[in-house]
Amino acid sequence: MVILAVLPWLVPSFLVFDFIYVGAYAIAILGLVILTGMNGQISLGHGAFMALGGYVVAILAHSLGWPYWVGVPLAAVASGVAGLFIGLVALRLAGVYLALATFSLAVATPSFLKHYKSITGGFGGMSLAPVQAPAGVPLDGQHWLYYVTWAVAGALFLISALMVRGKFGRALRALRDNPIAAVSFGVNPYFYKTLAFGWSAVLAGIAGGFLAIPTAFVSPDTFTSALSITLLIGAVLGGISTFWGALVGGILVEFLPLVAQQVNAAAPSVVYGVALILVMLFVPDGIVGGVLRSIRRFSPAPPQPALETSTTPSPTPITVSPQPRE
Amino acid sequence: MTSSVRKAASGLFAAVFALAVTGSTVAPVAAADPGVSDTEIVLGGTHPYSGPASAYGAIGKGIAAYFSYVNDHGGVYGRKIKYIDKDDGYSPPQAVQLVHQMVEQDHVFAIFDTLGTAVNTALRPYLNQNGVPQLFVATGASTWGHDYQKFPWTIGWQPDYQAEAILYAQDILRDHPKAKIGVLYQNDDYGEDYNNGFKRGLGSHQNMIVKMASYETSDPSVGSQIATLKASGADTLMIFATPKFAIQAMVLTAQQSWHPTIYLNNVSNAIPYMQAAAKAGGQAAVNGVITTYYLKDPANHARYGGDAGMKLYNEIMAKYLPAADKDDGNFLYGVSIAYTMVDVLKRAGKDLTRKKVMDVATNLVEKDNPLVYPGVVIRTSSKFRYPITQMIAAKWLGSDWSPTGVLVDTRSITMAEK
Amino acid sequence: MHDLIQQIVSGLATGSIFASLALALVLIYRAMGIINFAQGEMAMFSTFIAWQLAQMGMPLWLAFAVTVVISFGGGVLLERIVIRPVERADQLTVVIVTLGLFIAFNGLAGLFWGYIVKDFPTPFPTTPLQIGGVAFSAQDVGVIVVSIVTLGLISLFFQKTKLGLAMRAAALYPEQSRVLGIRVGWMLALGWGLAAAVGAISGIMIAPIVFLDPNMMQSVIVYAFAAAVLGGIESPIGAVVGGLVLGVVINLLGTYVEWIGNELRLAAALAIIVIVLVVRPAGLFGRVTVQRV
Repeated sequence: MVILAVLPWLVPSFLVFDFIYVGAYAIAILGLVILTGMNGQISLGHGAFMALGGYVVAILAHSLGWPYWVGVPLAAVASGVAGLFIGLVALRLAGVYLALATFSLAVATPSFLKHYKSITGGFGGMSLAPVQAPAGVPLDGQHWLYYVTWAVAGALFLISALMVRGKFGRALRALRDNPIAAVSFGVNPYFYKTLAFGWSAVLAGIAGGFLAIPTAFVSPDTFTSALSITLLIGAVLGGISTFWGALVGGILVEFLPLVAQQVNAAAPSVVYGVALILVMLFVPDGIVGGVLRSIRRFSPAPPQPALETSTTPSPTPITVSPQPRE
Repeated sequence: MTSSVRKAASGLFAAVFALAVTGSTVAPVAAADPGVSDTEIVLGGTHPYSGPASAYGAIGKGIAAYFSYVNDHGGVYGRKIKYIDKDDGYSPPQAVQLVHQMVEQDHVFAIFDTLGTAVNTALRPYLNQNGVPQLFVATGASTWGHDYQKFPWTIGWQPDYQAEAILYAQDILRDHPKAKIGVLYQNDDYGEDYNNGFKRGLGSHQNMIVKMASYETSDPSVGSQIATLKASGADTLMIFATPKFAIQAMVLTAQQSWHPTIYLNNVSNAIPYMQAAAKAGGQAAVNGVITTYYLKDPANHARYGGDAGMKLYNEIMAKYLPAADKDDGNFLYGVSIAYTMVDVLKRAGKDLTRKKVMDVATNLVEKDNPLVYPGVVIRTSSKFRYPITQMIAAKWLGSDWSPTGVLVDTRSITMAEK
Repeated sequence: MHDLIQQIVSGLATGSIFASLALALVLIYRAMGIINFAQGEMAMFSTFIAWQLAQMGMPLWLAFAVTVVISFGGGVLLERIVIRPVERADQLTVVIVTLGLFIAFNGLAGLFWGYIVKDFPTPFPTTPLQIGGVAFSAQDVGVIVVSIVTLGLISLFFQKTKLGLAMRAAALYPEQSRVLGIRVGWMLALGWGLAAAVGAISGIMIAPIVFLDPNMMQSVIVYAFAAAVLGGIESPIGAVVGGLVLGVVINLLGTYVEWIGNELRLAAALAIIVIVLVVRPAGLFGRVTVQRV
C-alpha cells in the first residue's frame, strides 16, 4: 500500500502509461483464455470486439459528451450482445473453421469503421479528451487511469475466476474434455459455449475501451487484423490455459515489439516471428504453462491446476503489475 | 509465486528510487529544456518498420543517415544529434506509447518526423499539451498547417495534398477545359484530401468529373475500378493513389486500351515506379502522364548526374546505408527533411530551447536544401505553416520526367483556403 | 451490357489470382487438416527468389523452374523443422506457428529486398487484347491457364501416381497407412513441398499483375481463404472455381450494388466465408468427410 501511495511521485510516468495498456491487453487476453483455453474455440477476431468497445466509448464521449464511466459499461454490453450473437454462429464452426471465420471478422472491421463515417468519424477517427482525475483525488489523469484500469482488471479477473470455479466452469471443462458424457449428464452445450463467447467478448469490449481512453484517439488503423493476431499470440505465449497467462500475455503484447526492435532494429518482425515459432516448438503451453508444468510434473494431476492458480488472489495492481519492467 | 512477486516489487521500488535520485541530480544542470546537454541533442521519431506501410521505413533510415553525417562533421554547435527512432507498425496506439516513453523517459527535446496522418493526429494533443515540438510530420494532410492555433507545437513539411490537387485542377481548366474526368482515389484521409482539393480547384466546374472510383488498400487489384472509369466515358484520369495501385492503374489503363490524359499524384511518381509501369504495360501506359515534383529524384541519374546536392546524397548513402537501394526516393525524402531539421537547430542557436526551435521552424526561409527541386524555398511564417508550397509540373516523355513550365507556388491558394 | 461483360472478365482475371493461391492452401489442408496462414508470405518469398534469379541474368523460364524446385525443397524443409514438432499438438499451436512463419517471412523479404514496389518479368506479351470491345491481357489468360494446368497436374498426381495415392492415404488414414508401410511423416513433408511449389507458381503468375513487394500477398490471402472455403477447402477444383466465382461476384457487387460499393467488397468476400462455413461447410465442391482428430 505504501508503494501504491508513493508510486505516482516515483515511477517514471511512461511506465505507468505502458501498464495501462498492459491492463487493457490482459483483460482482452483473459477473454481468450476463457474462450480458447477453456472452451476450445479459437478466435482470431477479438480485435473486432475491442473495436466495438473502443468505438462505443469513443462515440459516446466524442459525440454525446458522455463520461467514460458510462461508456465503458455500455461498451461491455454492446460487445457482449455481439459476442452472444457470434457465439451462436460459432456453434456451427469447428476448429480452424472458426479461426477463419473470426479472422474474417477482424479483417472486415476496419472497412465497416470506415464505411459508417457519420457515426465513427470514418478513416480520420475521433480524438478524445484526456482523462482527468475526479475532483479531490490528488492524482494526475494518467495515474488515475492506471489505478482505474487495474481495479477494473482485478475485478474482471476475480469475477471470471468465480465463474470458472462454479457451474459455468465445470460445464465448460466437461464439454471440452468429454462432450458426449457432458451432454448426457444434462449440460447444455449451446448455452454454455455461447455464454463463454459472450463473456469473452464482454472482456474484449471493455479492453477496447481501455485501449481507446489512454490513446485518446480511435481510428480504423487502431483495430486492424494485426491486433487480433497479436492478442491470440499474446495469449498463447503467455499460457492460454491459465489466468496468469493472460497477465503475462498482456505484458508480452505490450513489450515484445519493443524488445524485438532492440534485438534487431532493421527487421523487428523477423525476431518476433522466429521467437514465436521457437516458443511454440519448445514451450507450446506458453510461459506460465511451462512453469506450471515443470512444477506439476511429479505430482499426480490435480483436478484443475490451472483454475487453482486463477482463483488465488486476483492480480492486483499493487503487487503484480509493474513487476517485469525494472 | 507470491514471494517472487514481492521480491520483484521491492526490486522495482529500489529501481524506482534510483531513478528518482538520478532524475533529481540531472535536473539542475539543464536550465534549458529536456533533451539538450552540452554534447547531445536528443530527438525522437517513429516510423513503420513493420506492417503494411513498411516501405516508408526508408524515410527513418535516411534521416538517421543524415544525422550520422552531421555528427561526423562536428554536429550542431558541437552537440551530436541522437535520434531515437522506433517502429510503430503504423498503429496509432503503438506510436502514442512510444512517444510517451520518448518524452517521459528518454526526455527527447522534440519529436521529429513521425509518419502517417492517423499516427500524428493521435500524437498531437499530447505533444501540444506538454509543449513538445512535433516537427515536420511526414504526411501531407492539410490540418498540420491549418490548425496551428489549436496546436502551435505541430508543423508539417511536405506540400499538402490539397494544394497539389488544386494545381492539377488548374492545369485541366487551362489545358483541357472540355475534359471529362474520372478519379481513382484511395479510400482514406489521404485520398479524401486530394478529392477535396481537386474539387475546390475545379470550383464551379465540378461537373467535369463524370465518375469517381475508390479502392481499398486491401484490394489486390484495381481492375474493376479502371473498367468502371473507362465505361464512364472519361477522357482524363486522376490517379490519387499510393505507388502499387498507381502502377496498376497505369498498366490496366493501357491493357484495357483506354488512353485518357493521366494525372498522377506526387506520392507515386518516382522513376522506378514509372519504369515498372512501362515494363508491364508498355510505353502506352506511361507516355504523357502528368505529375508534380518538389524533391529531386535519386533515380534520375541523367538529370542529376552532376548535381551537388545529389552528390552529397550519394555520398551519405554510400557511407551510412551502403546496402540500401538509393534510387528509392523515400531515403532522399528522409535526408532532405533531416537537412531542414538540422538547419532549424543551427538557426536556433547555441542556447537551444523548444520555444526557440518552434519560433525558427515557423519563421523559416531555407533556400539551400540540397535535395528539394532546384528553386524550391522552404518558407514559413508564424501565420503560414506550410513549409513547402512550390511544385513543378512535369510530363513523362520517353524515359524521364520533363518539367513543363515553371515552379508554381500554391501559397496564395492555400492562404485563400482559410 | 458491354460494361457488365468487362466487369465479369476483369473479375475472372482477379479471381484467377485468388484461385492460384487458394490451390496451395487446399493442398496443405488436404495433407494435414490445417490452414497455413503463411502460405501467401511463402509464395511472396518464392517470387522474390525468382525475381532475384532473373535479375542475375537467368533466362525467365529457367528462373521460374529453379524457383519452383527451391520452393518445393524449402517447403519440405519447413515441414521437417518447424511443423513436424507440433504436428501432434492442438490446432491452436499449429495456427500460431504458421502465424509466426507469416511474420518472419514478411520481415525477411523486407530485410533482403526492401519495400519499394518492383515490376516482375512476365513471360507473356504485354500488348492489350480485345474481343468485341472487351479488353483483357495475355497475363490474365496466362494465370487462368496456368492455374487450370496446375490443377490438372495435381489431380493426375493424386489419382494416377503411387506417390500421390500414398500421400492421400497418409492424410486420410495415417494409422492404417503406417501399417501398409507408407512413411506418413515424409508424405506430410511432401505435401508441404507441393503446396510451397504451387504457391511459388501462384506468386510468379500474380506478381506481374499486383507487382512485387513484401506485402503483395496480404490482400490476396484473405480472398484466397474465401475462395478455398467457397469451393470446399478440401477440393482443388473447388479452389479454382471458387476463386473465379469470387472474383466475378465481388466485382459485380462492388460495381452494381450501391451500398456495398468498392468499400465493402472485402467485407462481402468475408461474409461469403462465414455464410458458407455455417450453411455448407463442405463448400461447392467438397464432400462431407469423416472428421479427423
